[in-house]
Amino acid sequence: MLRYALLRLLGAIPTLLLVIVLAFLMVHAAPGGPFVDERGLPPAIEARLDEAYDLDKPLPEQLWRYMVRLAHGDFGPSFRYTDYTVSELIAGAFPLSLRLGAAAMALALVVGLAAGILAALRSNSLADRFVMTFAMTGISIPVFVFAPVLVLFLAVRLHWLPAGWSGNEGPARWILPIVSLALPQIAYIARLMRASMIDVLGSDFIRTARAQGLGTVAVVRYHALKPALLPVLSYMGPAVAAILTGSVVVEEVFGIPGLGQLFVRGALNRDYTLVLGIVIFYAVLVITLNLVVDILYGVIDPRIRRR
Amino acid sequence: MTITRIACLLLACCVIASCGDREASTGAPTVLHRGLNTDPESLDPHKARSVQAGEVLRDIGEGLLSYSEGGKLVPGSADSWQVSDDGLTYTFHIRDNARWSNGDAVTALDFVFSLRRLVDPDTGAFYAQLLGEIVNAKAIIAGDLPPAELGVETVDEHTLVIRLAQPVPYLLSLLTNPATFPVYRESLARHGDAFARPGTLVSNGAYKLDSWEPGSVIELSRNEYYWNDAATAIDAVRHHVITQEMTELNRYRAGELHVTDTVPPDNFAQLRDEFPEELHVAPYLAVYYYGFNLTRPPFKDHPKLRQALSMAIDREVLVSNIIGRGEAAAYSWVAPGVANYEPRRFNYASLTQDERNTNARRLLREAGYGPDNPLQIELRYNTSDTQQRIALAVQSMWRDVLGVETTLINEEFQVLMDNMRARQVTQVFRSSWIGDYNDAHTFLNIMETGNPSNMPGYASAEFDALMQRAAAQVDPQRRRLYLEEAERVLLADHPVIPLYFYVSKHLVSLDVIGWEDNVLNYHYSQHLSLAPADATP
Repeated sequence: MLRYALLRLLGAIPTLLLVIVLAFLMVHAAPGGPFVDERGLPPAIEARLDEAYDLDKPLPEQLWRYMVRLAHGDFGPSFRYTDYTVSELIAGAFPLSLRLGAAAMALALVVGLAAGILAALRSNSLADRFVMTFAMTGISIPVFVFAPVLVLFLAVRLHWLPAGWSGNEGPARWILPIVSLALPQIAYIARLMRASMIDVLGSDFIRTARAQGLGTVAVVRYHALKPALLPVLSYMGPAVAAILTGSVVVEEVFGIPGLGQLFVRGALNRDYTLVLGIVIFYAVLVITLNLVVDILYGVIDPRIRRR
Repeated sequence: MTITRIACLLLACCVIASCGDREASTGAPTVLHRGLNTDPESLDPHKARSVQAGEVLRDIGEGLLSYSEGGKLVPGSADSWQVSDDGLTYTFHIRDNARWSNGDAVTALDFVFSLRRLVDPDTGAFYAQLLGEIVNAKAIIAGDLPPAELGVETVDEHTLVIRLAQPVPYLLSLLTNPATFPVYRESLARHGDAFARPGTLVSNGAYKLDSWEPGSVIELSRNEYYWNDAATAIDAVRHHVITQEMTELNRYRAGELHVTDTVPPDNFAQLRDEFPEELHVAPYLAVYYYGFNLTRPPFKDHPKLRQALSMAIDREVLVSNIIGRGEAAAYSWVAPGVANYEPRRFNYASLTQDERNTNARRLLREAGYGPDNPLQIELRYNTSDTQQRIALAVQSMWRDVLGVETTLINEEFQVLMDNMRARQVTQVFRSSWIGDYNDAHTFLNIMETGNPSNMPGYASAEFDALMQRAAAQVDPQRRRLYLEEAERVLLADHPVIPLYFYVSKHLVSLDVIGWEDNVLNYHYSQHLSLAPADATP
């Protein structure tokens, strides 16, 4: 088992190295630079700045120096937020994104599953039509349209919820971002759940269960739910990806200082170290998660680790 | 199994989501909430360069001089000063009661230290050249002299002398610029270059830095040691970083902001109806222009062609129909409203657009272009709706009036900047210039040969000579004449097409007292107060 885990770990290293090198080259290939501005710099000062950030050196040497620093766990200083290091910025932003994403996922599961089951049980009823219309709308309207509309009605018109992030303490400021981020997922999960539940409810073993005299709740709870959940479960991977990318938009709209917003800003500002730092951070995150899942599979299924 | 897994997943999500929300902040008595379009690069006055950084720095720091609500020069950390007859030596008296936010006295030595750091190339200050006329400053910036050679010295603890190589009549207004603010020596010694952070930043303005969450908010509170603290009405200021204009507007509508940094470019008329009293639009020392690449064909050595293109643009249509937020059509390079100056105007400014068009067609023919030799050019602008609308309008004006075919190329801001500076592929490009101080020099000097911000690559011996002569003048009237003549030369050469002068645009809550529009668009929080009835938005 240990040998299997170690092998997997070793296998992850080339992937990570490849990500770093590619990201480094792509960031530096983008035209423009971190110190390019409508206000030109005196040549001597520009030269010192380039020197201070290693930009005066040939690209392979820059890459080498970056890798050496990285090996010491140092992402370097941010080019744009000169008072902060990249590690500090990521450490400040990631918890927010993580909490936002996790809450949205939880909401999407609870509401999506409930709505899907309800629609399946009352299929072709008014409730079903309502849920499906809602789901269709949720999937079709992009977050960057939906989120401002929510703000307009719930915050600006009705004053029920805060419109922005900063300066509003407490849980209320989380509601609109979480709902905006969860909405497309709610819709998707509801549709998946409805379809798969209707499918299951029509199968023979459910008819048998009913014939035994079980009520609807018991049938769903003990017989139908488990098999019906499988498609939803396999959708969890894409859902996490969708929430990660969706959070970039939601963070922009609500001004949440999360990782997505930091990444977009970093790319536009040519903040080389910041963009690289976030890419590497995400890469490590994804690789680690995959690794953990693989190892867990290994734990559960002995056939895998023997392969 | 499956249900348990889903339940576990749910539980994990909830646990992650619920951990560690910050405690609610203690309610400060009066808090001003302001919008800020972007994070400052730094709150180190020497590293900062954006308009937004200046906005925050003016709240937490103070130079030798400062501006009043209405944009008049007033004493700052210095309470008085003398200027020698030749205009080359300035003696400043630092207030006895000027204090840092930790209670230490602000001394003349602090200013000497800070000004040396500003011009030290190792600092990498974008504004190093702001004080380029101080004795030896240029040599220090170029790395030829050590910073200690700068012509700035102390006479005693509270007396500072600045020596200039040439008269700089606008020196006093330069000394309001955040780049000239003092930095606290001990913080720098103890924390190095990363001293400008919450907890380590010691500043000398009306407010001090409490916290800065990048991408979210900068929190300031009253500096009780500030010499004029008794006059400060608002206890705490929150600069909310909101990059999306629409988001900022919604937060203002929801009552979460007292002052916005700007307003969205669209639906301006609707905004005017919605907030007739709260919408502040005022002239701003900034010009929007199209520049020509003067180092390559077709515009190199072709002033007639450049003039034809400039004349064929109906600026009135641009400002009233395309942008329509109160901007003024530009017929000069220096923005109107600059102190002690009357901008020169294009000699065709007084003609009607039809007359201009006729002349433009004639100039184009004289430049050798016409139906049998049509001109095809490229116009580059940075990707944004406003820039695109303007570019489309100009494209159609050039086509309709001159038969010139223009290819529009939109590029990301950074890419455009790079191309502009390289001058390899650009022909016509979109740019802008925001005045750093209230003097015509801030616009004209960037067009001097070799200035790093001279994007067209304009090089005119006549213009440079006039700027030199203006620089050597002590008499403000004579200096002004030289500057105006320099602008006339510049306009006649058409290195740029000024299109319009910007306006500052803010929504200011009716609860805010003391807001005055001014051409520099400086609004110090210390000058504002909130109506007592509704102190929180």
